[in-house]
Amino acid sequence: MFARIPARAVARAIPSRTLAATSVKAFATSAVSKDISATSKKDRIKVNFPGALDSHFSQKLEIRERMEPIDTFRVMDTDGKVLDPSLEPDVTEEFAIKIYKDMLTLNNVDLILYEAQRQGRISFYMTNAGEEAYIGSAAALDPEDEIFGQYREAGTLLYRGFTLDQFMNQCYSNDLDLGKGRQMPVHFGCKALHFQTISSPLATQLPQASGAAYAIKRSGRKNCVMCYFGEGAASEGDFHAALNIAATTSCPVIFFCRNNGFAISTPANEQYKGDGIASRGVGYGMHTIRVDGNDVWAVYKATQEARKIAVEQHKPVLIEAMTYRVGHHSTSDDSSAYRSKKEVEDWKRHDNPIVRMRKWLENKGWWDETKESSHKSFARSQVLKSFAAAEKRKKPPVSEMFNDVYDKLTPNLIEQKKELEELIKKYPDHYDTSNYAPEK
Amino acid sequence: MSIATLRTSYLAASLASVSRSMLKQQVPIKSQYAATNSPPPPEGFMPGVANSKFIRNTHHEALRNPELAGVANGETKKMNTFQAINDAMSIALATDDTACVFGEDVAFGGVFRCTMGLAEMFGRDRVFNTPLSEQGIAGFGIGMAAMGSTAIAEIQFADYIFPAFDQLVNEAAKYRYRSGGEFDVGGLCIRTPCGAVGHGGHYHSQSPEAYFAHTPGLKVVIPRSPIQAKGLLLASVRDRNPVIFMEPKILYRAAVEMVPVGDYELPLGKAEILTQGKDLTVVGWGAQLYVLENAIQLAQKKMPGLSVELIDLRSILPWDVETVCNSVNKTGRLLIAHEAPKTQGFAAEIATTVMERCFLRLEAPIQRLCSYDTPFPLIFEKFHVPDMIRCAEGIERAMKF
Ligand SMILES: Cc1ncc(C[n+]2csc(CCOP(=O)(O)OP(=O)(O)O)c2C)c(N)n1
Ligand SMILES: [Mg+2]
Repeated sequence: MFARIPARAVARAIPSRTLAATSVKAFATSAVSKDISATSKKDRIKVNFPGALDSHFSQKLEIRERMEPIDTFRVMDTDGKVLDPSLEPDVTEEFAIKIYKDMLTLNNVDLILYEAQRQGRISFYMTNAGEEAYIGSAAALDPEDEIFGQYREAGTLLYRGFTLDQFMNQCYSNDLDLGKGRQMPVHFGCKALHFQTISSPLATQLPQASGAAYAIKRSGRKNCVMCYFGEGAASEGDFHAALNIAATTSCPVIFFCRNNGFAISTPANEQYKGDGIASRGVGYGMHTIRVDGNDVWAVYKATQEARKIAVEQHKPVLIEAMTYRVGHHSTSDDSSAYRSKKEVEDWKRHDNPIVRMRKWLENKGWWDETKESSHKSFARSQVLKSFAAAEKRKKPPVSEMFNDVYDKLTPNLIEQKKELEELIKKYPDHYDTSNYAPEK
Repeated sequence: MSIATLRTSYLAASLASVSRSMLKQQVPIKSQYAATNSPPPPEGFMPGVANSKFIRNTHHEALRNPELAGVANGETKKMNTFQAINDAMSIALATDDTACVFGEDVAFGGVFRCTMGLAEMFGRDRVFNTPLSEQGIAGFGIGMAAMGSTAIAEIQFADYIFPAFDQLVNEAAKYRYRSGGEFDVGGLCIRTPCGAVGHGGHYHSQSPEAYFAHTPGLKVVIPRSPIQAKGLLLASVRDRNPVIFMEPKILYRAAVEMVPVGDYELPLGKAEILTQGKDLTVVGWGAQLYVLENAIQLAQKKMPGLSVELIDLRSILPWDVETVCNSVNKTGRLLIAHEAPKTQGFAAEIATTVMERCFLRLEAPIQRLCSYDTPFPLIFEKFHVPDMIRCAEGIERAMKF
């Protein structure tokens, strides 16, 4: 190819200004030959290939391995000090404290449910430890912006008002669980709070978020979609499909990557070779931001700006929030098998999003030790109260197994439901339903 | 509170133990898992397996199997299913320089410990983590196999094999056929854990064998025990066709046998008759066989003298029509059980073939005992799957028709 169409020849044939003023028509009609020095910058000639209209011809064979790494936006240092006075968050005391309290409460929910799983009281759990600052992203959204999550974003639901009872009911698969006990713990969902139900298969939510954003745009609502995912999930084909389709169809969606350094045991440096996930956003022609994911105010600010672009310009934005997964992947995982305890301890000590926010609040004079311990014990007692209440409740009625497969029961399901009812009647000891709520 | 204590209090041991004791004091334990007072293992419990007649507990019992004639004079070693699978991969790697093992999290041993120690033993260029992409893993394996190498790829859960569906169904399965035999990907073997574990819900429980059984060009294998897993996996790796090897994850720890340490293969496409019988043929595979074993015992209590022929199908595709039909021609009755939902499950295929071939010999409608036609429901699992009672009822229906 190189040999057949030398860039030089094309350059000579097409005067740059005609092309810059541009159109295929110009290309077709004018072919005034002019000798152009391809080395001088202003005379560089743009290509006319439909696949990359911003490119210029060049006689320098460029083999590019990387772009300049994208900087990581930060508002506070690890001591909660605002680094540039112009970035001082313009927020009320009430707003800031709500964010902080939710971070603390989330941490308490995590501690108690993690422990509950260790005691065999619930079957599974995933903590948010180390990543609590993503709550800043929830704070920057409109309550009616639609959320598509991965699974480690319970804090966004907490921020929106999902109650502790609702969290506990889901984790206990009891009769008050909105998901009717059908999915594993942490697969929350709530229509009233615009939070689509979590699904375990990774990255599937990403193209769905693009489609949802497209529908919102067409409806004329001034809202966007927020889509969370991990840096591991970003290796799935669905990630690439989602970004590209969002960019080409101009979807008001924010793709929020929690880059916590691990996908179960696989470290980020085995997950990809490029400049994180952010570099890919640029590749798809999207607005892209990389942010310190342990800095609530940076996350807040980045999301605010992203939301503006999404809602006002109908364009997708990629945010990569850099953080560290302090907890094990889940209760099925023991991370000491693939990373040192010291590494984890160091992260906990040196860069803790909760501590950072607390120090910022204390510097403002909005928080102190008394408030800290009183909120902690309040949160813990509230969590334990909800926990105990959820544990006492029965599971949903057994017939709920058959509902919602379709909008209405189909003939095969009607038959199978009847078969099960008869079996339960015939073998009450074997099919013990005492732990399930009575049929309505 | 000083900054130092503030820092360490975060998720620190002190706080964890506070919540531990608070939990126990303030909220006394009362729940489904609490009987053990410890979390359920990721792969669940299947306590009955240890007492199964089909588990080869001793060296002698293990080697009595004529299919193991090649290693009859060798040693055996106590292994559970994940260890036997690990052993098979270790032999595959040692006997074939082109072989590689890869997938999500395999380098540290895999989430079910099947690849433990292999990276250390064979090097990170042969046993490695891939990025998190099932279509990537499958396609990568196809490419390796197309070059004549051996690719042993792991899909972390069978529930997550669907992003790879296109690569497996449209590519791996048709590679030889579409090239007129110019190319093939016989060196590809995809391992994936499947099946119910007691607490897996929608996406850690499925048994998707029927989707792949609908694809000419693929082979599908499901082992029932450590000895079987090792021999069938070695055969699957070496078979000159792409094989999907589905491992019932509940058996990873629950099933323990004396496994020959040598290199042996068990035949693909060949069922195994576990018990001979004359009144009823029962067909199953994987963990369901242990449920069937109990169901048969239960039915025999109600129907003394009932003689059941239990067949482990082992290979779903191609499946051993001959062994199953010979058996049904003898017994005149057939029951098939599997964990996947009933509609369009693999039992449908078996039932149809048997109906075609043994119509005049059938003395009762063929019984299909399968999960109900719903997604796999976490809290209703015990009502969803074809358990001992349901299978025993099916046996009774077949016998009393
Ligand atoms: C399609 C698919 N493949 C594999 C898995 C198993 N799995 C669950 S979480 C996980 C790691 C995800 O890592 P990341 O996206 O970085 O999120 P994080 O857990 O770090 O928050 C894997 C491999 C899955 N759920 N879905
Ligand atoms: Mg991650």
